[in-house]
Amino acid sequence: MKVAYWPGCVSRGFTPELHGSMAQIAPMLDIELVELDRANCCGAGVIAEHNMELADTLNARTFALAQQTDTDLMMNICSTCQGSQSECQERLDANTPYRDSINETLKAETGLEYERGIVNKNFLWVLVEDIGLDELRSRVVRPLTNLKVGPFYGCYVVRPTDRLGIDDEHPRDTYMQQVIEALGGTVIDYAGAYKCCGFPIITMNQKASLTMAGTHLGDAVDAQADCLVTPCPLCHLNLDLQQPVAEKVVGRELKMPVLHLPQLVGLAFGLEPKALGMNKHVVRPTSVIDWTQSVVGSAA
Amino acid sequence: MPEYTLKIRRYSPETGDAAYWEEFKVDLEGHRSVLEGILSARATTDGSIGIRCSCRAAICGSCAVRINGKADLACHHHLDHAAAESPDGNTITVEPMGNMPIIKDLIVDMDAVHWKKIQRVTPWLLPEGPEPEREYIVPHENMVDVTQTMACIQCGACVSDCLSMEVDPLFIGPAALAKAYRFVGDPRDGQQYERLKDLAEDPHGIYDCTHCFMCIEACPKGVAPMSQIMRLRRVAGSDQKINDRNNGYRHEKAFVKNIEKYGTLHEANLLPDSYGGKFHPRAIPVLAGSLPAIVPALLRGKVTPAKALHHHKLPDQKQIRAIYDTVEGRDSRNELNLYIEGYEDEPVLKAAGEEERGPHS
Ligand code: SF4
Ligand code: SF4
Ligand code: FES
Repeated sequence: MKVAYWPGCVSRGFTPELHGSMAQIAPMLDIELVELDRANCCGAGVIAEHNMELADTLNARTFALAQQTDTDLMMNICSTCQGSQSECQERLDANTPYRDSINETLKAETGLEYERGIVNKNFLWVLVEDIGLDELRSRVVRPLTNLKVGPFYGCYVVRPTDRLGIDDEHPRDTYMQQVIEALGGTVIDYAGAYKCCGFPIITMNQKASLTMAGTHLGDAVDAQADCLVTPCPLCHLNLDLQQPVAEKVVGRELKMPVLHLPQLVGLAFGLEPKALGMNKHVVRPTSVIDWTQSVVGSAA
Repeated sequence: MPEYTLKIRRYSPETGDAAYWEEFKVDLEGHRSVLEGILSARATTDGSIGIRCSCRAAICGSCAVRINGKADLACHHHLDHAAAESPDGNTITVEPMGNMPIIKDLIVDMDAVHWKKIQRVTPWLLPEGPEPEREYIVPHENMVDVTQTMACIQCGACVSDCLSMEVDPLFIGPAALAKAYRFVGDPRDGQQYERLKDLAEDPHGIYDCTHCFMCIEACPKGVAPMSQIMRLRRVAGSDQKINDRNNGYRHEKAFVKNIEKYGTLHEANLLPDSYGGKFHPRAIPVLAGSLPAIVPALLRGKVTPAKALHHHKLPDQKQIRAIYDTVEGRDSRNELNLYIEGYEDEPVLKAAGEEERGPHS
């Protein structure tokens, strides 16, 4: 399949390993990525907080650019992009006079126009709904046997459920668990899977922010997870980059590796941790590297 | 009749025992409510089950509990839905709300938390100047603007599930802040600036919300407290220019300017700019404080000095700036509130998975 690909700002900034690992596994899944390299930041909820119309116009521009490509759908690799873009799309699609007024600005300033009804999905949703778990399973060459993985979704990809199209037919809030299992891993059930990483208030209330991150990481440690996996690079910033500070805030050692979703898929597809950029993480994914070596060892 | 299992969290202060789980079987139609299930267990099996309720019709706000881990009105949640959402498809878990002390079983102390926080925002009008001779007619647009917050029935479901309050019990919280907007948005109130200044400067005020959507998800009345908090921030920051000590407005301004300048986010500049720029006295301790995070990141090559200094501008940066100029140049902000406007048709996205529509459709 061919997708209009929006990697988001953070995956091209502080988490380049996310963008890199996605680029590596895409061909292994027969996904052709048509990168939207002229698209703009989704606003991460902050631009909408400042001025709703501004956020809606900027995202309408991204949608319009995606609609110019010859692709099946638009795909992102960031929970926060998904949530922010879905919020703007909800308003744009709900009300014709409003959409027309946004399009008027868009046309005047960029020559572009957004047509109602774009399909914009996080890579997680594409994996389950468009590629399918059977197909995914069939491409696994190194099942994640005995690797204990805790899912960490990120708020923006699980709430609000109606806006994100989460219902009985699309239980998108269970996809992480389904994917971990399809890759052969063991799902770790812990308290933090659907909670907030704390990133949005890191500059406003660092203590509260890192208490959130530290608590979820600690819960995962207590549940004996080998690592966490997330579809959100902003969660990754608070859970991995800030982990040394979070350890101080919650007063305990954590050392919990946090993987990006494409990295976990890549691992099961036989790629090495280093090739997937895991050496760029602040918390060394020692447990994951040990696991990789033990699998190689037992095969030899 | 179908049989449902209710797994209820029990706690009796007089026994001195820790809280425990107890299962009850109830024979009721699936369209009956979880509240009716609890009341039926109480009537037939154990008269000591504690639950608060009154209207049984989602009006009074007394019966909020956590059903399968999520806060909702017990009288507004069907048994068959609750069973379907449970992990085994039959055992419905019912617990008291979170973030509030438990009095008995499913009854929490609303006075200690919820009502205290409501009082914190001075939930009455503070008019200024001489009393008008005739009644004050509030313009229609203003009334519409605060309608959504007025739909609140004070059930506390949003407070129960608020993730900021979970780590910071002093956070004023979703219900009270939504109530605050009801008065900030009312033209009869004379203390708009003072109210906003107070809520922006409080370290547990409007900038302590972590934007987690829990309150939007929990609210049975569509109040969307988080959206009301974002409104308060908008008025406090953009309109009243309240430069709070929590860096809330500075952070928002830095982010918005960052995108205006670069089109995509330049993270390395965002942090210092959120505190007023690299050389602002406020920024120094914060940047020093973030060293434990930055140093390992530098060592791992995640953050390179080159990346910190250079950031590519988008090729069409002019377009972004033009959009900013037009939209920010308007006399007043253009907002679409779907709670008030409604959806003109079924939202297309509702079932994005089945109704496969490419970016072209
Ligand atoms: S969005 Fe804000 S107010 Fe609402 S539950 Fe989350 S932290 Fe609390
Ligand atoms: S805002 Fe909604 S959830 Fe919160 S107290 Fe009011 S009605 Fe209940
Ligand atoms: S009993 Fe009144 S809202 Fe449920």
